[in-house]
Amino acid sequence: MDNILTVEHVSKAFTNHQALDDVSLQVPRGKVYGLLGPNGAGKTTLIRIINHITAPDSGRVVFEGHQLTAADVAHIGYLPEERGLYKKMKVGEQAIFFARLKGLSRQQAIERLHQWFDRLEISSWWDKKVEELSKGMAQKVQFIVTVLHQPSLLIFDEPFSGFDPINANLLKEEILRLRDQGATVIFSTHNMSSVEELCDHITLINKSHNILSGSVDELRHQFGDNTFELTYSGSADALTAALQPLTSSLVSLNSDSQTQCVRFAIANGAGTRDVLAAANAAVDIRSFVPQLPSMNDIFIRTVNASNQQSSTPPAL
Amino acid sequence: MNSALKIIVAREYLERVKRKSFIISTILMPLFMVAMMAAPTLIMLLSGPEECKIGVIDDSGKIAQTLQGCDEISFTPLLNQTFEQAKESDEFDAFLVIGRDVVANPNTSITFYTQGSPSIQTEQFVASQIESTIENIRINNSGVENLREIMKNVKVDVEMQTYRLDQEEETATSSMLSYALGFLATFVLYMFIMLYGNMVMNSIIEEKNNRVLELVVTSVNPSWLMMGKIIGVGLVALTQMLVWAAIILVCSGWLMPALTSMASGGDASMMAAIGQLSDVGFMGQYMLFLILFLIGGYFFYASIYAAIGSAVDNLQDASQLQTVAVLPIILAFVISMTVVNDPNSSLAMWTSFIPFTSPMVMMARMPFGIDTWQTILSIVILYVGFIGMVWVAAKIYRVGIFMYGKKPTYKDLMRWVRYK
Repeated sequence: MDNILTVEHVSKAFTNHQALDDVSLQVPRGKVYGLLGPNGAGKTTLIRIINHITAPDSGRVVFEGHQLTAADVAHIGYLPEERGLYKKMKVGEQAIFFARLKGLSRQQAIERLHQWFDRLEISSWWDKKVEELSKGMAQKVQFIVTVLHQPSLLIFDEPFSGFDPINANLLKEEILRLRDQGATVIFSTHNMSSVEELCDHITLINKSHNILSGSVDELRHQFGDNTFELTYSGSADALTAALQPLTSSLVSLNSDSQTQCVRFAIANGAGTRDVLAAANAAVDIRSFVPQLPSMNDIFIRTVNASNQQSSTPPAL
Repeated sequence: MNSALKIIVAREYLERVKRKSFIISTILMPLFMVAMMAAPTLIMLLSGPEECKIGVIDDSGKIAQTLQGCDEISFTPLLNQTFEQAKESDEFDAFLVIGRDVVANPNTSITFYTQGSPSIQTEQFVASQIESTIENIRINNSGVENLREIMKNVKVDVEMQTYRLDQEEETATSSMLSYALGFLATFVLYMFIMLYGNMVMNSIIEEKNNRVLELVVTSVNPSWLMMGKIIGVGLVALTQMLVWAAIILVCSGWLMPALTSMASGGDASMMAAIGQLSDVGFMGQYMLFLILFLIGGYFFYASIYAAIGSAVDNLQDASQLQTVAVLPIILAFVISMTVVNDPNSSLAMWTSFIPFTSPMVMMARMPFGIDTWQTILSIVILYVGFIGMVWVAAKIYRVGIFMYGKKPTYKDLMRWVRYK
């Protein structure tokens, strides 16, 4: 697979703690990549290393096939979680300042800024001072500043915090649009529902280790435990009798006058076909749907498991 | 990367220079200074003794007739009246009551009554009139012949001609002037470093609190950002100094000669000193070194201030760490003041080579005439020191700007320098 960015065995220690310990990951081109993990797991440190703000103690970062250099920062757009603007500067002037830092000429900057300002319907703010803007308004400006130089890699750290649902949705669409135009997005967040909506791949970092990586779909299937929901019409007792030998933890769910519903996990050794055949013999099947765990479940389960593992002393 | 530095410098500079507070302080400060310089003369000129009619009640009978009035002040002897009686009339602005034994005890027997508070000039005028009268009476009473001439001969007023042996042309110089020149240069350095060093620190703390730093360092290397700020503020300082110098020169060129000639008619030694100041060769060299030391000293201390600013969250935390910058500056200032006693003492010598103190101490020593190689060596050490200090500060800055919450110690700062 074509990876725009590869992190290879990166470690970074600060005085009192190990921020990253042998973390590796691959970010495929043109996808949205979720970087997840509890607070203090080391995500921000990793992002700073990718942005060439700090250097790793060991390991390396490969960007577009070569080891990351300071010049590559021009192809990266990073929206940090903690972010501010110069309060006394006017919005337009400030956006031009940031754009020029990214290597755009003043003329280029003004043209592209006007396009973006029109797009997000904030053109009237151009001559306002930043201190007159609300937090959400300032964040729109920061977003534009991040993407203005058309970077091939975009990194967003909690981009939706502070936005109302309408603007959060607007931003989500913009992020997806940028991906469709060919940009790769690294997306760090605690909001798991937005991960399901946006991310193609994820990496979960806990206590400075990479504890889980993979595509969102695969992970959800992998964590699915072969759980299914079956809706049917017919005798509940007949179905239960038919499925009992093939499944475990069978539960009946809500039912209306027409259909009934059960959830179960397919037992080891049995296949989907066996289950369907048995059910088919007993009742009229209306639907048969695999139940995937939410990213939220996966997050909590994986992090808890990893914490227990690391807190249990190793067996002798 | 250099273009990023330019953009940062331009922003730092323009943002400050365009501010109203900057424009106001830049224009008002020198006007204020000129006003301070001119104030004493102006006050003297404008507030001569006001009109005052003084009634004199002289119980001794020796003083009243000798008092000489002037344009504004007139003395009228009131014979055969007590103070209580005289007080009733509103013909007089003030009363001078002189006791019987005024010649023997002048301090206890003279009283001056006025309506409202009298001006200093009036009081001084009256007192000097009485003094000279009593002096005359005492001289006459002494019985010594020609006492007046004897006293005149005894009085001495010394004026020295000082020459410097180390200069080919023996120019007259005064150590008082050297001291004044050194003091002025030291003071300028002190103000410059303190004022603008603090400005660098405050603006870094503000950016850090504001979290705008996080956004800026995504596109520019933190060390460049720090350098950009130091250079930008340095240019602001330069602009301000140039404007001040221009205003002061114009004002003093036009105002001071007029004032000095009007006020005192000029003091001979003062005039000689001012003549010395116009020795273009020496002053040119001195100004050149002053500028070099200003730049070196500013960069050296501004990077210390920048490192401190990056490490803390607020001014309170900064004040403790700041001692590392403030202490040597004050020390240098104090040593510079003592240099006049012995410009070549080993303390003065050593501190004029250590970058922490060298700009100020060297500028204080220079007017006393020291070898040029010493000055040049001092500048070289200072510039090497400033490059080293910028390097260390950049290392601290890079880490410090991402540290929130905990107040760092010197030990933490040193540890940050070693981070990769």
